[in-house]
This record gives sequence, C-alpha cells and structure tokens, in this order.
Amino acid sequence: MTKKLVTYSYLGLLLAMLYAPIFIIIIFSFTEAKVLGNWTGFSLKLYTSLFQGGVHHSLTSALWNTLIIGLISAFASTLLGTMAAIGIHNLNPRQQKAVQTANIIPILNPDIITAISLFLLFVSIGISQGYTTVVLAHITFCTPYVVLSVLPRLRRMNPNLYEAALDLGATPLLALRRILLPELKPGMISGFILAFTLSIDDFVVTLFTIGNEGLETLSTYIYADARKGGLTPELRPLSSIIFITVLVLLLVINQRAVKKKL
Amino acid sequence: MQNIANDIITIEHLSHTFGDKTVLKDINLSIGKGEFVTILGPSGCGKTTLMRLIAGFLKASGGKITIDGKEMTHTPPHLRPVNTVFQKYALFPHLNVYNNIAFGLQLKKMPKEEIQKRVMQVLKMVIMTDYEERDVDSLSGGQQQRVAIARAIVNQPEVLLLDEPLAALDLKMRKDMQMEIKAMHKKLGISFVYITHDQEEALTLSDRIVVMREGVIQQIGTPTEIYNEPANSYVADFIGESNILNGIMIKDSLVSFAGHEIECVDKGFAPNEPVEVVIRPEDIYIFELSEAAQFSGQVTSCIFKGVHYEMMVLTPEGFEFMIQDYHQFEVGRTVGLRVKPFDIQVMKKERHLNTFEGIVVDKNHVKFLDQTFKCNEAQKFAVGTKVKVLVEFANVLLHDNEEEGMLSGVVSFILYKGNHYHITVLTQDGDNIFVDTNDIWDDADRIGISIMPEFIKIENI
Repeated sequence: MTKKLVTYSYLGLLLAMLYAPIFIIIIFSFTEAKVLGNWTGFSLKLYTSLFQGGVHHSLTSALWNTLIIGLISAFASTLLGTMAAIGIHNLNPRQQKAVQTANIIPILNPDIITAISLFLLFVSIGISQGYTTVVLAHITFCTPYVVLSVLPRLRRMNPNLYEAALDLGATPLLALRRILLPELKPGMISGFILAFTLSIDDFVVTLFTIGNEGLETLSTYIYADARKGGLTPELRPLSSIIFITVLVLLLVINQRAVKKKL
Repeated sequence: MQNIANDIITIEHLSHTFGDKTVLKDINLSIGKGEFVTILGPSGCGKTTLMRLIAGFLKASGGKITIDGKEMTHTPPHLRPVNTVFQKYALFPHLNVYNNIAFGLQLKKMPKEEIQKRVMQVLKMVIMTDYEERDVDSLSGGQQQRVAIARAIVNQPEVLLLDEPLAALDLKMRKDMQMEIKAMHKKLGISFVYITHDQEEALTLSDRIVVMREGVIQQIGTPTEIYNEPANSYVADFIGESNILNGIMIKDSLVSFAGHEIECVDKGFAPNEPVEVVIRPEDIYIFELSEAAQFSGQVTSCIFKGVHYEMMVLTPEGFEFMIQDYHQFEVGRTVGLRVKPFDIQVMKKERHLNTFEGIVVDKNHVKFLDQTFKCNEAQKFAVGTKVKVLVEFANVLLHDNEEEGMLSGVVSFILYKGNHYHITVLTQDGDNIFVDTNDIWDDADRIGISIMPEFIKIENI
C-alpha cells in the first residue's frame, strides 16, 4: 500500500515538474498584469490584443514567418529525405552503413557548429542572408531526421512489393508513385511533423542565417524581446495557443494510429 | 529439346555473378509453350536468381534470354510477357483484394467494365468470390496465395513464374494448393515455371524438372527420368531416398559393388571402370535368407513409415542398405537381398581423386589452395615447377577445431556410400575438397582440413 503511494506520488511529482511551467503560462495568459506572477483578475485582453492589427505587428509577423518557414522546410526535407532513404535502402550493406553514418553526423553535431558552418558557407558563396538562407539551413538539418523516420518503414516492407508492381506492368516511376510512396506514407508523415517541429523550435541555426534585413522568426523575436528588457505579455497567450494546438494535433495523430491498429 | 517454334522461353549460355561470386554458370534451357517446368535445388543453388533473370529483376552478366521469339535479355520487367507469384505473396497492403488484382489491368488502361469482368473471372477461378472488398492483411496465408496467383494470371501472361509459392503454407494446405495449381495449369494452357526446393512437389507437379546445384544444371528430364535414371549421385541423393555405392564395371552388364558381382543392364563403360551404383530402397527385395539371395545381411533397424517399413540391413562385408518393403523383418534377423538388373542404375564417377594445381616451393614443400603443405615427393621436382597435386579422398583429415587444420572450410554436401561418407568441403576461397570418412559430420559444420605429407602425390602437368 505504501509502496503504491510512493510510486504514484513520485510519478505525480515528476509530471507536475514537467508541466508546471506551461500551466503557469496558460493560467497567467488570462490576466492583464505586465509581470508574470501578478494576478490582476480574469481577462481576455492579452488574447484580443495579440490579434489586433498593428499593436503587435512584429510578433504576429514573426509567428507567420515561423510557420511558413516550417512548412516549406518540412515539405522540402520530406521530399529529399524520402528519396534519400529509398536510395540508401537499395545500396549494398556496406555502403548503406557508410551513408547512414554520414546521415547521423549532422544530427549529433552541435547546433552551433552547424550554424557557423552554414553561415560561413552562405557568406562564401555569396547568398544574401534572409528568407532563402533560413529555409535552406532548416532543410539541411531536417532532412536527416526524415531519412531516419522513412528508412525503418522501407526495411519492414516486403522487398518484393516494388518488383511486383514492375512485374504487373508498371514503369519504375509508376511503381514508385502507386506502390512505394503509399507504403511509405506513415513514415513520411511522421518525418514531416518532426521536421516541422524542429524548424519551429530552432533558434541557433536561425540566428546565424537570418541576416539583418529585419526578418524575424518567433524564436529570434522572443530572444530580441527578452534582451530589450522583459517579455511582452502577449507571449503568454501565444505560447498557450501553440501548446494547445500541438496537444490537439498529437491527440488526433494518436487516435488515428490506434484506429489503424484495430 | 523441343524445336524453337514451340518454345516460349529459350535460355542460352546464361551466367550471373554477384561481385566475384558466380551464382549461375552457363545455363541452357528451353521451356515449351504450355509446359510445366520445375526448377529444383537446395537454397543457394541459384534457382531464384534464374527466376529473377527470367522476370527481368536482375541483369544477366552473360548469355541470352529469348521470350516468345524476342530477345529480352535486357528488357525491363514491365515489358516482358511474364508474371510472377512471389514467395511472400507481395500483395499491396494498402489496396484491397479487388484493386490488387486489377492493378495490372488498370495500368493497361482497360475499360472499367472489362476489368471488373476479368477480376471476377479469376476470383472465381481461385475460389475467392465475395472476397474482393477485403483487406489483404485480413486474409489467411492460403487466401493471400490465391490472390497473388489471381493477380498474376489476370494479365494473361505467356509464362507464369512461381517462386516457392507454397513454402509458407502448412503441409495439408500445401497438398491442396498443389492440386489446384496443377488444375489451373491445365485450364490456362500457359507455361508455368515453378521454383522449389521440395523434390516431392517437383515430382508431383512437373512435366519436366531441372535439377540445379551451385549455379549449374545437373539434369533436365521428366519426373520419371530424374527418379529412375539420375545423372549423378547428387541428383540421386536429392530426389527421393537412395542407396549410392562405389562400384567397378567389370564388363558390359556386370558390375561389382559391396563385395559382389551383380548383373545389370548398363553398357558402354571401359572394362574395370570405377562407377557409382544407385539403387532405390523400394527396388531391393528382402526375404528369408535363401539360394535366391545376392546379398545376405542382418537387419539393424526397422521403422514403420505408414505405408511401408524402412529397414537398414548390414552385410557381412560391412555395407549398409536401406530397404523399403511392406513386410516387416525384425531387428537382428538374418535376411537375403536381391535386386533386379533393371533396377540398378550405374553412373560414371564424376571424380576419382582430389586434383589441384600447385607449385613446388622448396624440396620439402608444395603450395596449393593458397597454402604451403609439407610433401615428401617435392624433392623429385625442381623448385618453381608447376605441378598437378593429387590427394585420395580417404587421405584428407578433418578436424573439429577449425584452427587445427591447415585450411578451414564448411561441409557443403554429405553423401552416404553404404560403408563411408563422401563429404564435399567448401574452403574459404571457394574450392571444393572431397573427403571419404567414417566419422559423422553435419551439413554446414565448420571444420579444419589437413593432409599428411606422405599422402600428397604430385606429377608434371
């Protein structure tokens, strides 16, 4: 009995520590106080001012930039990563090992190294820093993750599926589109989601490749804002909205996975 | 061989290599229109490679494949008039039964009604009507197999390739499917090329059987030819049970084996030529010892096998015979044995000695198989002479421990010769060493090999 109590309270404590910060932000997004921690009564003012044109123009435009960059890089890296995974899968075992190691190095590489290398690369080949460089940088570090999420799907697939399609008269391109891609879809979707969240989440690489043309993503905006002294209170409703959105998305995906199994 | 006009597939001098490993060597084969040909061999014999070359999934390293009168050696698979039933079915998991079967027809841009008609037709043929809406994952192994066959034959190919299609099914199911496949072949009238390692399946189904081993065709023939007149001891051992013994062909129609001279029907051997004798266990008569006996012996084991008894009889000369008979003779009984001349199959011996190419390195050593061996005869030759090295099968020593031998290798084939085992050992470098031994080894055992200096004979090339 006591053992059970101890285990449950340990679990409760752990979860509380994990989720406390985000719950505090959500609670305090419903009050007007400028400083976090002061409760000045329930209010939706922060939410309304977040979406009021003009007032927090730079914050909402940073949000849009983040989402668009995230979508473009997730889309591009899913495409590149899937093609790479198919290529890797068809190499002989020794080559496969070599290429996979090459694929994992960028993942293990500290962000700051990736950031500096990309920065130097863009400078040396003379691409002006801005939207393009951020998107290119994000595609670069997202692609290996897509490869990692598509490869297991390929390995588990019946090796004869592609050949069966050819055998039934499909050209290689048709076999890819009609048989291989539908089979890889779950891996591609999880790769896409992973790439999207990585892109939204990224700060270091973005900071080094964003240039100084006034382009801001959410992470660089918050960083700059914090350095100016104090975070804008509107970040509280924004964080809450992002958290809830992600939560709902996650629940939907899990629900789908459960249904598929049945 | 049939004439070219009636052949749907002709394969000439086909070879294939993976890296530096040759998996198919000079394959020549023709398959007639409407014929049921089985390619039979153990795993790793190259049968699947041969099928993949016919289907077009692999590019041949050499040789020519002609399908339906057109040279197709390098034609991609989607342009060949051939369809395949894969071993693990390879049904498309995201499509239902109907769409799996319709896949090939949809690619041909056939009108919907026509597709519908043909899919229903083949579903009826494989006895799967009412299953068209089902998810393929929800089907049993046997049902998936039927759908795989339906998916292939709906395209009305000239040739249907079947790659061990029944390997994943249980025995009872397999027997039923065999009969269905046979019936289907009759109904469709197209050629079937059937790949299997199951000799019984091959004998049951085929018009002709192609026996393969290590990338080489051993024999092509009808099931009865293969069974009754195996081309060599490998085929005799692989197809059915057999007694294989060393013998000497004294003269036409008289062969000596197991210590006796026995009348046979084979002719055309040199006098006293060493041969191999094959006798099927059901062809030996076993009875109470009497005048009629060619061999006498004692029953050492007797096992009931359902239809017959399988008995081992040991002769006073030390040879063991396997006999299958409806009558039981208890262990310990003295019996007489007799074989009709017609039931003795005499085969040319493939080899009499291990022969290697070697070079004399100094007056005590000779080098062959990439290894330097001590050799008593080396002094008779000048250093650097290229020589032929001969070692008798019985003079090769095998060790349990790989490190104990001068060479290491893997047991790749074991043949029981009545009083000893004839073992083929594959060395690391891919050479074969043949060994006669009384010790029992298992297939795929890793062993050490050594040869005593006095047993290495060398002669000029």
